[in-house]
Amino acid sequence: MGYPYLPLTPGERQEMLSAIGAESVEELFSDIPREIKLQKNLDLPQPLTESELIRHVQELGDRNISLDTHTSFLGAGVYQHLVPRAVYHLANRAEFLTAYTPYQAEISQGVLQATFEYQTLICSLTGMDVANASMYDGATALAEAALMAINITNGSRVIAFESIHPDYRAVVETYLRAVGAELVVLPTDRGTADPEALRPYLGKDTAAVLVQQPNFFGLLEPVDEIGALLEDVPTMFAACVNPISLGILKAPAAYGADIVVGDGQPLGNPPAFGGPSFGFMAAKEKYIRRMPGRIVGETRDEAGNRGFVLTLQTREQHIRRHRATSNICTNAAHSSLMGTIYLAMLGKEGLREVALQCAQKAHYTAEQITALPGWEMLFEGPYYHEFAVKAPVPWTKVNAALLDKGIIGGLPLAKMYPDRPEWENAILFCVTEARTASEIQHLVQVLKGVR
Amino acid sequence: MAGQKNFPLLMELGAPGRRAYLLPELDVPNRSLEELIPDQYLRSEPAPLPELSELEVVRHFTNLSRRNHGIDVGFYPLGSCTMKYNPKVNEDLASYPGFASLHPYQPEATVQGALQLMYELEEYLCEIAGLERATLAPAAGAHGELTGLMLIKAYHESRGEGHRDEIIIPDSAHGTNPASAAMCGYKVVEVASSERGSVCVDALRKVVGPKTAGLMLTNPNTLGLFEEDILTISEIVHGAGGLLYFDGANANAILGKCRPGDMGFDVVHFNLHKTFSTPHGGGGPGSGPIAVREDLVPFLPVPVVEKRQKSVDLAGTGQNIDEFYLDYDRPLSIGKIKGFYGNFLVMVRAYAYILSMGPEGLKQVSEDAVLAANYLMAKLKSAYELPYDRICKHEFVLSAKRQKANGVTARDIAKRLLDYDMHAPTVYFPLIVEEALMIEPTETETKAALDEFIDVMLAIAREAEESPEKLQKAPYHTVVGRLDETLAARHPVVRWQGGKDMEAKARDE
Amino acid sequence: MKVPVDLKYTESHEWVKVTDDGLIVGITEYAQGEMGDIVFADLPQVGAEYKKGESLAVIESVKAVSDIYAPVGGTIIEVNEALVDSPELINDDCYGEGWLVKLSPETDAELDGLLSAEEYEKLLEKEA
Repeated sequence: MGYPYLPLTPGERQEMLSAIGAESVEELFSDIPREIKLQKNLDLPQPLTESELIRHVQELGDRNISLDTHTSFLGAGVYQHLVPRAVYHLANRAEFLTAYTPYQAEISQGVLQATFEYQTLICSLTGMDVANASMYDGATALAEAALMAINITNGSRVIAFESIHPDYRAVVETYLRAVGAELVVLPTDRGTADPEALRPYLGKDTAAVLVQQPNFFGLLEPVDEIGALLEDVPTMFAACVNPISLGILKAPAAYGADIVVGDGQPLGNPPAFGGPSFGFMAAKEKYIRRMPGRIVGETRDEAGNRGFVLTLQTREQHIRRHRATSNICTNAAHSSLMGTIYLAMLGKEGLREVALQCAQKAHYTAEQITALPGWEMLFEGPYYHEFAVKAPVPWTKVNAALLDKGIIGGLPLAKMYPDRPEWENAILFCVTEARTASEIQHLVQVLKGVR
Repeated sequence: MAGQKNFPLLMELGAPGRRAYLLPELDVPNRSLEELIPDQYLRSEPAPLPELSELEVVRHFTNLSRRNHGIDVGFYPLGSCTMKYNPKVNEDLASYPGFASLHPYQPEATVQGALQLMYELEEYLCEIAGLERATLAPAAGAHGELTGLMLIKAYHESRGEGHRDEIIIPDSAHGTNPASAAMCGYKVVEVASSERGSVCVDALRKVVGPKTAGLMLTNPNTLGLFEEDILTISEIVHGAGGLLYFDGANANAILGKCRPGDMGFDVVHFNLHKTFSTPHGGGGPGSGPIAVREDLVPFLPVPVVEKRQKSVDLAGTGQNIDEFYLDYDRPLSIGKIKGFYGNFLVMVRAYAYILSMGPEGLKQVSEDAVLAANYLMAKLKSAYELPYDRICKHEFVLSAKRQKANGVTARDIAKRLLDYDMHAPTVYFPLIVEEALMIEPTETETKAALDEFIDVMLAIAREAEESPEKLQKAPYHTVVGRLDETLAARHPVVRWQGGKDMEAKARDE
Repeated sequence: MKVPVDLKYTESHEWVKVTDDGLIVGITEYAQGEMGDIVFADLPQVGAEYKKGESLAVIESVKAVSDIYAPVGGTIIEVNEALVDSPELINDDCYGEGWLVKLSPETDAELDGLLSAEEYEKLLEKEA
């Protein structure tokens, strides 16, 4: 039986063997010791043809409830936005999709220039001087920012607030443990950071303070105050931001961030069960040689034409090996390309409108929910497009009732903060521009009926 | 347009006020931003993004794509990268709403299909690796390396042997190996290669000891050669109390032929974006699952996908069905290493690929990949130096030493290949070969495509003799000529600054 | 290959010029040739102290990184700021404008261990 992805015919294989001077293909594997040669076939399912494969895999997909058929109020790091169809069509052009890392610049100008444009757009959003070509995701980008700060400052401690996404903190903790650095988590009893709590830690030993804006609860952190505190100390300020929120929120450069990271999923990438998305990282210019990951730079050919190449590669693992700024090689180029095309489609006014509508719809929803008897906001203070509310009935009942009506409810905080009994019955709702007024009204109506 | 010089940047297009995408009109009460969020948190001006029409965006990125080579465009023998065909049907499956439109925090009951797919993919990868369990969380090969080394560290620490702080790495290894070891707090001990291009067993014996945490090895190695002494190597490292890590970058050579677990490897990573045909996307995203032997399972990152039986009372029959769930309750786990559960849509593609090929198909993949590489090697070794003249696996390394005597470098040869609409091999790697050209054809090319590459390589070898100066200035037929990497690195311009960047460079010259 | 006779050398291809107020250190013509186009020099802070053989600076080309080792122990008293904007000076004038650092030696004793121009030339012959 043949395989569609294997074009060699038996006759061609024979011709090739003759050219090599080998009797059989087995001879080409004679360097594998007899003891470890597999004597049986792998225990895997028998092959499927394309149509059989589609049926089988789609059957699995159909066992899931998707956001295409249900209304979701989940956020917490992955957001459902309206995505122009052009993003999908353009990013999936085969020349982008089936290319490797652009090591041969002259035939990779498409990927290289798109990455240069991406770096420019990330700098435009964050206000920072330089950006790299992407990281795996927001969580690992934050961990890499912490490592970068440790390498720059020689500090051995990193401070993070409890209001940072718990999964992000968990990833940072895993990364820091590996290099023997300490992660100190400062509590946020009222949902946001207390800048004064930082004071005892400011000094040479503390490499960085990590702040998420808006934070995990959707609340806005006192970033100006934190920035002011960190301005004249060696401790670096690493901000983790939602890129869409930057359509309306202050650019991190304006509050003194040294390194800015975040997850790029909201920019034109599907929720995808959490991956792939992309992480972005930007920094002040003086840190460019300490950044992890690839960076694309502008240059010229001999005739003086503009072109783009991978640059400052001596930072990277393939040259500096164990002294590299990171081990990252494969990044998330294609996901960041989707982000680039998304931003190009939305444009200056479009992105502002998306961010504004998110804030407007979230605030409207919060007001409607908290108008119901027994429902109240968990925290006070300004927020963007997520908010935590305390439910008068167990969250399990709430979400079961919603699911029954075709709605995927918010995220119960109990799942993310098991050590915070006082937040036990709070639910984190997210409302983006993709939710309609009637969907919001439906949500509120179902909540009203939950007993 | 695609071929134009000084192709415009996105930021140089558009006009103020132009729009490519409109939102539905706001259908909740329109309250001003200042009413909702205090001024101190807000920006005073919108972020300076470009303003284009939809067709401008479409033309821009379409033409950019045409300025790029991909597997779908032409031959891509980039060694160590396994640039095989990326099946189209897998793209469709990955964009199926039942996968692409899932939120990671949906209730488990609503994502049973996704969890089942992950569970089964893990089983398949364990079978291919010859190991017990796996995690699909790592986002790339290097991320798998880091995770695997963390597991090795946790294993030693659990046995009271946290003092083991050395990782042994061959001098032919990928740069990610030493970089990952350093990120895991390990010291790197390099071990030399023998004249046959394999790990020098005597040198290895000298460097192992009570401080050895493990050895990272690519097999077949980066020269494309199978480590014939693998069982001895395994004995030496295990004998010293260390563990063996398998860098799966070259797994395309051994599918169904032999298994890393049977070779003695304790931790194995696979690159789904190499061996299992998922597209590289211009540099990522990838996926680097790792499989481990039984006694390392407790340390795997959270969450792990598990299966249990759930009784359902279907019309009073009292049946049991499989229920899949994410297990976070793993006290010895190294913790989380990535947001959520890994690059799920990459997993969907790899799962589909394994099901398309089946057990014999995967074996045929490796046989054809090895056959193609040996065929190219046999045809090219007269024109180029072959430093290790023995059977290769899925790739082989030539040296441009002979051409260099005539002033032609591996880089020149690589650049000339671009003129023939072919991607170049990996050059200057592995580091132990002078003027290295590392060639990996993969199993998905026809014999005609291989023969065309042979003809071009032979023609270039002749050119190197007859008109070396021609090669030194290649390429000629690409959208830009040879680019000045020195200029880029001396005066880094990494974002567009209204064209001022180019002026600054002009001044420098 | 130019190897000025008035300088001292190390086996790792640094040159040393003894002056009244300290030692000027750079890399030899051979070293800059091996590196290719130099794109960046990571120089130490003035006041930093190094033992003989410790890495005091890093020089980078597009695809290579090279440590510069302290030829003798001492304290950095000056670095060549011109290299920040023009690292190519190391290629263009390695014994002159492309110098790297000036250091004040801890003792003069270690100077005796350095190679003379003649000895360094022999070393180069051997490496070739």
